[in-house]
Amino acid sequence: MLELKDLCFQVPADGSGTKEIINNINLTLKDHTFTAITGPNGGGKSTLAKLIMGIERPTSGRILWNGTDITEMSITERANLGISFAFQQPVRFKGIRVKDLIRLSAGPDKKLSTASACDFLSKVGLCARDYINREVDASLSGGELKRIEIATIIARNTPLSVFDEPEAGIDLWSFNNLIKVFEELHETSTNSLIIISHQERILNIADEIVVIANGSVKAVGKKEEMLPELLSGTESCKFYQ
Amino acid sequence: MDEIQKTLLEQVAGLHEMPAGAYNIRANGASVSRNTTANIDIVTKTDKPGIDIVIKEGTKKESVHIPVVLSQSGLTEMVYNDFYVGDDCDVTIVAGCGIHNSGDQDSKHDGIHAFYIGKNSHVKYVEKHYGSGDGKGERIMNPQTIVELGENSFMEMETVQIKGVDSTKRSTEAKLSAGAKIVITERLMTHGNQTAESSFNVDLDGADSSANLISRAVARDNSRQIFLAKINGNNRCAGHSECDAIIMDNAKISAIPEITANDLDAALIHEAAIGKIAGDQIIKLMTLGLTEAEAEEQIVNGFLK
Repeated sequence: MLELKDLCFQVPADGSGTKEIINNINLTLKDHTFTAITGPNGGGKSTLAKLIMGIERPTSGRILWNGTDITEMSITERANLGISFAFQQPVRFKGIRVKDLIRLSAGPDKKLSTASACDFLSKVGLCARDYINREVDASLSGGELKRIEIATIIARNTPLSVFDEPEAGIDLWSFNNLIKVFEELHETSTNSLIIISHQERILNIADEIVVIANGSVKAVGKKEEMLPELLSGTESCKFYQ
Repeated sequence: MDEIQKTLLEQVAGLHEMPAGAYNIRANGASVSRNTTANIDIVTKTDKPGIDIVIKEGTKKESVHIPVVLSQSGLTEMVYNDFYVGDDCDVTIVAGCGIHNSGDQDSKHDGIHAFYIGKNSHVKYVEKHYGSGDGKGERIMNPQTIVELGENSFMEMETVQIKGVDSTKRSTEAKLSAGAKIVITERLMTHGNQTAESSFNVDLDGADSSANLISRAVARDNSRQIFLAKINGNNRCAGHSECDAIIMDNAKISAIPEITANDLDAALIHEAAIGKIAGDQIIKLMTLGLTEAEAEEQIVNGFLK
């Protein structure tokens, strides 16, 4: 279970003051739950995801993971406690091959075979043979990189995975597969997923939907209750104000 | 050979035992072992230290190993090795130098390798440099490579210096005839107070000749590196040089690419980039459970692979 308590994150603003990016967020995300976080651009969604992974540190408030206070823990410590993070804009590495990255993701103890690494790539719709020995560098397109990023998260298979806009930059055909990937991840394990997304079809397969705007939780609830309101034109404005 | 020399040999030539094919192993200034084949002859020079390696025309799928190891502190040597490769050959040449210096005096190996390559031949040349030992004496290597490539010949040259060489000044010069091609890949890492200077001078003299110089370098601690790449396009030709360097700690790196077109149809490109390890790269690997130091190690190892 992930608990966010009175979470705030400020950055220095122009001049002397500060700007609130995350403003007193309180949220509890239960185990084995698929939570979609949505809301307008610039509302603080990606920052919230980074706070959970430890890439950013909150100005105040606490983050508890299965009852343990992880607020002061490093990214590495959180990763080893079972939290994963898929970047919105995946990182490129000269010289590190797709195979190497998937092996690192699976963990040093697993000594992942090439065949198993290929399975993870196939799951995200990449023809493994063509990619496994390629470098994760500028020769890969944005969409390819994005799918490899998702494959690294599947390979990690941790109790909590946070995806920051996984659909961005992915073509329509792959998007259908992506939906299947998330459905399968949710159905075949007891792991929890947090997916930041603007896509109705991703919101539609979630258990819970959280709307974040202006750094605050505007609404939270079951998908069945939330989705109709979000989709009904004028109504949705109330979350976005 | 003793254990230290055997370890050096393994590092520079990947050899656990005597290699197949032709070889000449030089240890502490003297040739300790040699083998020639029907197609590859190795002859000791009479006028200066070094050997002539003569490869008959039409020699295919054969290799020559000529590693050098130095384990005696204070030894300084200058060696001239000349390679005569006939027409229509396809050979692999593995050279390399390992210095173990546990004494207080400098140990130094300077080598001049000259390649005279005939027509339509393919030569793969691999050179590794390695230093070990914790003495105050420096481990110094100054390799010089001179290449003359005949018509339609192709040379692939890989040089690696990853560890333990205190000071190196390497120079590579190549002249290419019509249709000849050279691809040079350099991997260099310096640490501590090491200095490394690597310079290339390639003359694309023949029509449709081409050159590709790729350097990947990492400088850590207080080390200093200078990379100079000159390509002269003297005919219809294609030349490309690329220096990609990671700078860490208090190191300093200079990359000085130079391209000169002396012909309207010379197409020349240079690229040079120096930067520290991107913060995003470290963060990504930390989200996979690596510590910051482990992440850096993976990034550097991958970069130099």
